[in-house]
Amino acid sequence: MKKKEINIGKSLLYIVLIFVALATLYPFLWMISASFKPLKEIVNGNMSLYSDNMSFDNYIYIFGRSSLFPKWFINSFMIATVGTVINIFVNTMAGYSLSRLDFPGKNKIFFLLMALIMIPGQVLMIPNYLIIQQLGMLDKYSALIIPAAANIGSIIMMRQFFVNFPRDVEEAASIDGLGRYGRFFRICMPLAKPIISTQAVFIFMGFWNEFTKPMLYMKTETKYTLTLGLQTFSSKDAGTMWHQVMAAATITVIPIVIIYLIFNKYFLVGVRMDGEK
Amino acid sequence: MTDSRNKVAITKYKYTKREKGEHKQAYLFLTPSILITSIFIGLSVLFVIYLSFHKVNLFAKTYTPIGLKNYFRAFTDSTTRVAFKNTLTFSLVVVPIQTFLALVIAAVLNSKIKGKMFFRTTLFLPTLTSSSALTLIFMFMFSVTGPINGILIKMGIIDTGINYLNNPNFSLKVIMGMNIWSTIPYYMTLYLATLQDLPASMYEAAEIDGANSIKKFFYITVPYLKPMTTYVLLTSIIGTLQMFDQAYIFSNGSGGPANSTLTVSLMIYKYAFGTQNAMGFAATLAIMLAVLIMILSLISQKVNKSESLY
Repeated sequence: MKKKEINIGKSLLYIVLIFVALATLYPFLWMISASFKPLKEIVNGNMSLYSDNMSFDNYIYIFGRSSLFPKWFINSFMIATVGTVINIFVNTMAGYSLSRLDFPGKNKIFFLLMALIMIPGQVLMIPNYLIIQQLGMLDKYSALIIPAAANIGSIIMMRQFFVNFPRDVEEAASIDGLGRYGRFFRICMPLAKPIISTQAVFIFMGFWNEFTKPMLYMKTETKYTLTLGLQTFSSKDAGTMWHQVMAAATITVIPIVIIYLIFNKYFLVGVRMDGEK
Repeated sequence: MTDSRNKVAITKYKYTKREKGEHKQAYLFLTPSILITSIFIGLSVLFVIYLSFHKVNLFAKTYTPIGLKNYFRAFTDSTTRVAFKNTLTFSLVVVPIQTFLALVIAAVLNSKIKGKMFFRTTLFLPTLTSSSALTLIFMFMFSVTGPINGILIKMGIIDTGINYLNNPNFSLKVIMGMNIWSTIPYYMTLYLATLQDLPASMYEAAEIDGANSIKKFFYITVPYLKPMTTYVLLTSIIGTLQMFDQAYIFSNGSGGPANSTLTVSLMIYKYAFGTQNAMGFAATLAIMLAVLIMILSLISQKVNKSESLY
């Protein structure tokens, strides 16, 4: 009796789980399948994921005929990579200072950061635009990188990490003759690799997926990022070329999924960290 | 910082060379982050407040002080009312549904299952994907000849395809659906991570007392997850009230059809950068949105805290 109950419960669990997974997965499968089909087959209300006429034509088109798409891909990749590297150094240095070093004004700076993190992002849309315009950074890649070169959430995360970081490691290094800067860059940063990876993964994802900022700041089509370029496929001409849009969308999703699969464990750490706030 | 220097002067304490070196390192390490956050967040907040008391001409770059006129306009303007109504409706529908469903699914999934890795990856997909790509996928699925209409026609619910994208009755609802669909997995993952630490003995004790699954859910799982629920509610409220990308892409920046997808954020964008050229007014709307977000965040924190006293 008891065993039967468990089995029913277990199968119910799997049914719910599979349903949720399918509901989540279907739009993505549909996107991928549509990206391989000719336009007339995907705009006739057909829901099936397979067709006899599947080909790489849409991909060949977006990468070949329009030279903009590869450029956007490279732009997104470069901005995200450079932005992430800068962030790692800026945030880790700040987090380290706020936990391991003693200096006048330490608490004030920490509370200032805690206050600034509460400001909703959309409030900053207008003033940031005007400041970037004043600095002459409009339509430049730096407009997407510099304002986002520090991340308060990550600073707090790094601070938390260094608070619990054993002091003897640093002391041992200092006995070996390493200066304070050498200790940070040669000992602390390498030892903080797991938490830095977590930070990097989330920051890279943020840069890669950012839409509002490139939309506001980038005016020249060749300087667009992938998220912004994607929109030109759908707004150009009379009808939307859905088959090409879906191929382009698939290309934007793939790098992040690859990163997720490689750095899976770091994503979970990030989730936990978030949760403990 | 001048403050602490004064204090040093009063106490006449002289820092050792080593301490001074530490200060130098600390300030050096903090300079980039302080510089960036104070310009692009701190200064920006002051700037937006300044702008809200001015009439701004973006093209001529003139700032004319007009006192509280922008605020009067915001409280009497009918478009503003529509935008706030849309934003609040969006938030009021999306936040409870996504929080509740995320909690229930997490509770259901909190048991030993096979293929955890597969499900985890699958459920994380919407979190990984940019709103830019997600919105296009949904626009495609909900287009007149898309698969959603295809299913409904096949099931005999409708005869001809509905144009969800151009119908004011549906457009905001499609965005709501998309938002709920795309954020549930993330919040569910947060809940699941917390549930890993819930001691199994609590459930066992409840079972001995004869509690069924539903009772266990309401008397053990829900109270245990309360702190996480506060966090989820806050993130969700802040996120939904600021919704911009999805509405922008959906309506191509117009907030249409018939202002049905005009959120406050989109209105801020339209009035600041569009043909209206009313950046000062848009700044006022931004401040009102920020105040609304802070008030609702405080309320949700308070409500959830007082309940946990039971």
